[in-house]
Amino acid sequence: MSGSLVATAEAIRVESPARRAWRRLKRRKGAMVGLGIIILLVLMAIFAPLLAPYDPTQQSWSLVRKAPSAAHWFGTDEVGRDLFARIIYGARASLSAGVISVGIAILIGVPLGLIAGYGPAWADIVLSRITDAMLACPFLILAIALAAFLGPSLANAMIAIGITATPIFVRLTRGQVMSVKVEDYVESARAIGNPKWRIALVHILPNVMPQLLVQITLTIATAVIAEASLSFLGLGQQPPAPSWGSMLNAAQRFLTNAPWMAVSPGLAIFLTVLSFNLLGDGLRDAFDPRVRD
Amino acid sequence: MFSLIARRLVQLLPTLIIVSILIFGLQHLLPGDPATIMAGEERDPEVIAQIRAQYRLDQPIPVQYFAWVKGVLVGDLGESMRLKQPVSELVAQKLPVTLQLAAMAMVIAILIGIPAGIISAVKKDSWLDYVVNVVSLWGISTPNFWLGIMMIFLFSVHLGWLPASGYVSPFIDPWMSFKTTIMPAFVLGNAIAGVLMRHTRAAMLQALGSDYVRTARAKGLFEPRIILHHAMRNALTPVITLGALEFGTLLSGAVLTEQIFTIPGFGKLIVDAVFNRDYAVVQGVVLVTSATYILLNLLADIGYILVNPRLRA
Amino acid sequence: MILSLRNRLLISVLALPLVAGAAFAQGAIRIGLAEDPDVLDPTLARTYVGRIVFASICDKLFDIDAKLNIVPQLALSHETAADGKAVTIKLRPGVTFHDGEALDAEAAKYSLERHMTMSGSFRRSELSQVDKVEVVDPLTIRLLLKTPFSPLIAQLTDRAGMMVSPKAAKEAGDKFGQRPVCAGPYKFVERVQQDRIVVEKFANYWNKANVHIDKVTYVPITDSTVRLANLKSGQLDLIERALATDIKDIRASAGLKLATAFELGYQGLTLNIGKDEAKGGLSSDARVRQAFEASLDREALNQVVFNGEFKPGNQWVSPLNSYYQESLPVGKRDIAKAKKLITESGVKTPIAVDLMVPNNPETRQVAEVMQAMAAEAGFDVKLRVTEFATSLKEAEAGKYQAYLLAWSGRTDPDGNIISFAQTGAPNNYSAYSNPDVDAALTDARTKNDPKERKAAYLKASTQLLKDLPVIYLYHRLVIIAHRDRLTGYEQMPDGLVRLTGLKLK
Repeated sequence: MSGSLVATAEAIRVESPARRAWRRLKRRKGAMVGLGIIILLVLMAIFAPLLAPYDPTQQSWSLVRKAPSAAHWFGTDEVGRDLFARIIYGARASLSAGVISVGIAILIGVPLGLIAGYGPAWADIVLSRITDAMLACPFLILAIALAAFLGPSLANAMIAIGITATPIFVRLTRGQVMSVKVEDYVESARAIGNPKWRIALVHILPNVMPQLLVQITLTIATAVIAEASLSFLGLGQQPPAPSWGSMLNAAQRFLTNAPWMAVSPGLAIFLTVLSFNLLGDGLRDAFDPRVRD
Repeated sequence: MFSLIARRLVQLLPTLIIVSILIFGLQHLLPGDPATIMAGEERDPEVIAQIRAQYRLDQPIPVQYFAWVKGVLVGDLGESMRLKQPVSELVAQKLPVTLQLAAMAMVIAILIGIPAGIISAVKKDSWLDYVVNVVSLWGISTPNFWLGIMMIFLFSVHLGWLPASGYVSPFIDPWMSFKTTIMPAFVLGNAIAGVLMRHTRAAMLQALGSDYVRTARAKGLFEPRIILHHAMRNALTPVITLGALEFGTLLSGAVLTEQIFTIPGFGKLIVDAVFNRDYAVVQGVVLVTSATYILLNLLADIGYILVNPRLRA
Repeated sequence: MILSLRNRLLISVLALPLVAGAAFAQGAIRIGLAEDPDVLDPTLARTYVGRIVFASICDKLFDIDAKLNIVPQLALSHETAADGKAVTIKLRPGVTFHDGEALDAEAAKYSLERHMTMSGSFRRSELSQVDKVEVVDPLTIRLLLKTPFSPLIAQLTDRAGMMVSPKAAKEAGDKFGQRPVCAGPYKFVERVQQDRIVVEKFANYWNKANVHIDKVTYVPITDSTVRLANLKSGQLDLIERALATDIKDIRASAGLKLATAFELGYQGLTLNIGKDEAKGGLSSDARVRQAFEASLDREALNQVVFNGEFKPGNQWVSPLNSYYQESLPVGKRDIAKAKKLITESGVKTPIAVDLMVPNNPETRQVAEVMQAMAAEAGFDVKLRVTEFATSLKEAEAGKYQAYLLAWSGRTDPDGNIISFAQTGAPNNYSAYSNPDVDAALTDARTKNDPKERKAAYLKASTQLLKDLPVIYLYHRLVIIAHRDRLTGYEQMPDGLVRLTGLKLK
């Protein structure tokens, strides 16, 4: 996740940066495949009740740990629930964990980054040290401790991941602000007598957006894995509601007897994270002025 | 430049203090109390009270914190409540294991990531570029613990080629040591390979478009020679500094991987300690790993400045 | 600090090759443990897995056999005075500790007093009825009791009966656990946390003719699948706590053998009666608790989660135990009865139940199955998977309605019930209180005749099964798997791995 994103947005005047980025993004096959899969996953999560062939929490004690078959495409789990239905419903947990936790990180991180970069010097010093400290702590340990403190539930896991991911956004925003605030248009906005907060919101924030967008997609990818890791440790989604991570946790005991229990949730996580990474990489290239058209 | 290093060193201390307060505070916020957990089934209220007193758990948190800091300043990281063993001893026991694993993972990451990055930059937008891209992304996109489980299933349970878990020191049996660590090292290295590949690719693309490569091409130099000697040398410096940072995260980041392969390193030590509320162990290990991380960060910065004279001003 | 750390590193690196040479000595075996044991000091230790390691290094005054009879180990005999307030124990002559010190009456007195008085001792409550230890002659001690206490000798078959070398214990203080010196068949060699514990044959062991293996290494491997994979590949020779669902696989594997016994403990569902903050249906009326029990199908639970290998039960000892009350058999699932009981109680359905489940995949599966079962009778069970550490705290504070909690079990039935059901006892999470039950349980521990004790327990059981502070669910099977080159292994109900008598083919 440590990216050295040094990009000064040399806007090309002819077309708007966003339009240009989209035009360039469309040409990147990988990114479009990623975007396509993400859209499919989102649709799958929304329409889960229509798509799932069974109730994901319905136990069937005569069908415990059955291998994939025509009736149960991905097999059944340790209490006889249909794995295909659980994978479909599990998308809800994973996607919302990815999106909401990153949302939390942005809501806290971006304002703090703006303050650090454009506020008083003491705020910068304090915020930078705290950011450094949080980045120096092992990510998962911090998330585990926070999740354990808040109590195990999907919502709390999201909060824990969100808080843990915050310093990345503080640092990124601050760095961008630092490089943008010496630009002419910011200087002139200040000369006219605009208040600081207005400059921050109107002139600086939009210039930070491209890098933020890249970081958001990449952090969603990390957050999905983090949610799976926490659920794997039992600190995320609570039973009987399905989550890919907790499905893997249950599968671990039956690796020799029922390996299919571990295959489908693992592949689902992989596909989701891969899509966000593909999209993120594509966005990075699309926004990067150094990359030629 | 020295002033910059000095400034960074001065920043190191407050950062470490904040890390320690963060971890200390967070741990004491955790529900459940170590004495009760230690007691487990043997729930004798009087004994539990004795343990609380012995480890100062009955005192206010700031008092506990300063007592701990006082110890750290004289080199005493405290004692594991669960094991009645000094934390520094535990750290010394686990450090070589984690270092070995991190080093092997790094080698694997470099062997995969850097050539892949170079190939995909040189053959930009070709089918090879796409293949290499997806292969490297697969490393970042797979949950470590899942890949670990799958590898155990395939190579240990199914094929029986490698031991499923455990750790043997290379000083006891180098070959066995290699066999016990290669799977977890691959799992960890695989994830970093993707990061290295991305950055190598970006840096190479930049270097290949630069003036000196164009000059070299104009001189009619052999293409592989241009790539290897001219472009790569310049492209690799940021990649190397990045590698140092990734190495730093490896020291503490192998949490789940060590758990799955039962590798007795820092990751396993700290997870067990968090779940057992073995405060001193968590604090000690986090302090050591974050100090290492910050130092590596600093070294990376210095290295970066050394190879980029323009930044020295 | 950095310097001393580096020195320690250097030392540990240099020491490794020495250990290596010995690790592959002839007659060495490796045992896979399910967890990393805690401190190896019999006075301070508290984990089940730690007891498995103690079984090789620390002998006890008495031991148990497969039928739970008490047999001599470091002691030869015991005799209780007519008033039940003094127990005379004769020690085995010629026994020495690993450091060469003699195990005599003074040493035994020292060990017992250490258990009773040391700060942080977890043996204190086990020996709380002992007032004083007297030396009668060099090989005889007498324990003077505050009140008659029939479970005492059974306590001495476990950690409270382990003898430690007074010399080593005095020198090491509370660090004794880092290098325990006892009188068991094996002596401690080294330990690397979370990696291995190595012990080697003790040449002067009192029963050395029955010790055939030179060296034993204990390796903690938390994941059961990985543990079994290591056994199959020959990395390990014996593993403890194999999964019930792996039994078929173990039986079918060439070169593997299975040893089993039903445990002394139980898995139960503790119901909050006395301090339910939320004032839920379960705590309001005993009939609602009875309805909950009637909604559960213990046999189906056993089939689904454990392939039918465990033993369903409804009492604090398993149906195989001599203290099991046959007159109170395990009930069958009866949804109609459950619904009727709920109607009688007047509590409205759905009845919300906050079920706290310690975080572990197996208990979670049990909870999910129970959730589905109870739903049919009108219970809306919400699972709250909680870290074990947190769950104890929540249980203590009364922040739960049902709590899935296991007990590892004790040799004497007293150890399975009194601290759970007696008013105000430390494990009484239910905050249950009934003077008749208290009286019956106290009565049972002062009597020595098993028949009289069982009769007293019948009174308690009859009442407890009505009030249901705990719904007992099943008794686990102790499952040990080992390679067939090991012979002579016998499993006792306490789950410990005893190494005497074990041979390598």
